[in-house]
Amino acid sequence: MNPTCLIAEDEPLLAAGLQAELERAWPGLRVVASVGDGASAVAQALALQPSVCFLDIRMPAMSGLEAAQALAEDWPEGTPLPLLVFVTAYDQYALPAFDAQAVDYLVKPVDGHRLAQCVARLKTRLAEREAGGTTSLDDTMARLRALLAAPSPAPAPRLEVIQAGVGHTIHMVPVAEVLYFEAADKYIRVVTAEREHLIRLSLRELLPQLDPLQFWQVHRGLVVRAAAISTAVKDESGKVFLTLRGRSERLVASRLYAHLFKGM
Amino acid sequence: MLPAPTMLPPPAPSLSPASVAVWIWHELRLGLPLCTAVALALSLAAGGQFLAHLIYSLCIGLSIQFAIEAGRYGIAAWRRRRDPGGTEANPHWPGWGWMAPWVVLSTVGGYLFGAYLGGLLIGAGHRADPLSAGPRGLAAVMLMSLGVAVAATYFFYSRVRLATTEARAEATRRAAAETQLMLLQSQLEPHMLFNTLANLRVLIGIDPARAQAMLDRLIGFLRATLEASRAGAHPLRAEFDRVADYLALMQVRMGPRLAVRIDLPDDLRDLPVPPLLLQPLVENCIQHGLEPKLEGGRIELGARRLGDRLQLTVRDTGIGLGQAPASAGTGFGLAQVRERLAALFGERATFVLEAAADAEGGSRARIELPIARTST
Repeated sequence: MNPTCLIAEDEPLLAAGLQAELERAWPGLRVVASVGDGASAVAQALALQPSVCFLDIRMPAMSGLEAAQALAEDWPEGTPLPLLVFVTAYDQYALPAFDAQAVDYLVKPVDGHRLAQCVARLKTRLAEREAGGTTSLDDTMARLRALLAAPSPAPAPRLEVIQAGVGHTIHMVPVAEVLYFEAADKYIRVVTAEREHLIRLSLRELLPQLDPLQFWQVHRGLVVRAAAISTAVKDESGKVFLTLRGRSERLVASRLYAHLFKGM
Repeated sequence: MLPAPTMLPPPAPSLSPASVAVWIWHELRLGLPLCTAVALALSLAAGGQFLAHLIYSLCIGLSIQFAIEAGRYGIAAWRRRRDPGGTEANPHWPGWGWMAPWVVLSTVGGYLFGAYLGGLLIGAGHRADPLSAGPRGLAAVMLMSLGVAVAATYFFYSRVRLATTEARAEATRRAAAETQLMLLQSQLEPHMLFNTLANLRVLIGIDPARAQAMLDRLIGFLRATLEASRAGAHPLRAEFDRVADYLALMQVRMGPRLAVRIDLPDDLRDLPVPPLLLQPLVENCIQHGLEPKLEGGRIELGARRLGDRLQLTVRDTGIGLGQAPASAGTGFGLAQVRERLAALFGERATFVLEAAADAEGGSRARIELPIARTST
């Protein structure tokens, strides 16, 4: 079966250019989708299951890294995750992390020589995978985790109180009372033992303001107070189901963060 | 983000053997020739015995020098300890108020001690011994020593002051260069530059004519950016042209996601404005307003006359203020616009960045400048 690929690049000329160069450098490769944003990249990749994804880092709404995270979390069990190649024009924070994690990346403008090297590496990996799969999913997960944990450029001060506005009233919610934060579209649900509030913020902005020892990210859209978790039960797909003290609902931790839960 | 222009502290006296050796060398470089000259003068005046005069002269001269210098550092250190936030420009100079009496005291004391030391070395009562020269001779030699001591102290004083002034000028130069560099870096943002070059690279292959047009825009943009710091003002039409260059580059990159509307009334075309004043605002619209927005949007550039004032507006229909991740920008662009306006026009210019009031949303930046009277 011929290898397939997806290109996620928000600049139309660059997407067309990469596709043309790939056709030259890798005649057997079939480009099955070319999309302009991260969310479409995730949806198309899940639907078409390409062998390789080229992900631009800076895309509107959802970055290439976030798309990779979503792919890893939502990828169906039993099929190999696409090989990921990040594409960026300039990134003083991400590139050292890519090098450290031996993650494939291309720097724009992409020259033919670099692309040929990249293609050769991808071919080798695909061949290894066909031969019996030495690249385990766990390995890919560990690399992605390391990338996502790369130092943020601007450390923020710790948040003590959440101010949730409803109409003309502001609810002051001490962070110490929060059991978990859940992303919901453009909002975050702030859940305490008694009630819940909505704040207009993204988890990406909130996370640096929380104490990582107290609050664990267990999914791209879920941050839970570790001390509030009463049980964690793994299922076969690698997901972990969490029950909380003081709440009846069950939460799901993705396999990207399943490593957090292991017996001492 | 801007580092405060820090004043370089004058070199602190460190006590490594090398620095002590350097210090002694600096002191002797002045002391030795002076003492030799005095010895030569004395042996010429009093006749012969150059070696004896030289020994006395060295003993006395170096004693005086040592006393003065010890006092200079000692008094300065003592004053620094009493008043750590002192206003003295140099930490090793306590001021003439302290040093003038100290120089006199050091000269008398150093003289007597040096003469005694010389006596020990070549035998008291020698013909060259200044203490045996009688009161008039003693006074004359003492006065000469005082003159030399004051001159030498003044020499050290001016050298210290020169070093301090130089250090200060250097610090100021460095701060200015840093600001300039940050300005240039913010305008030649690497992400923008490399993405533009990547687009150009693709265009060369598929549409050389369009590639050439894009390259012309890039050249115009780069030239304007590099020259912006030098020119004091350029006509509003040039300002709009340069911003249009940048927006044309962005349109190639963003394709249909970016629409541009530019409105410059004819009678305002020649009004002088500071070069690339609008550039950071337009870049902000792209970076924080339109690039993060899935469907993209529009940028509007406008100018109009309000009495004797010129109003410039930059508006986008992007995701709006405060929606981009907090870490996305350094705020340098806005701070730079505010600083330039304040430096050029003081209170007479205003700058407002607000949410656009209509249904399309996004942000609106408004600058108001006084219209220079020289323009027509």
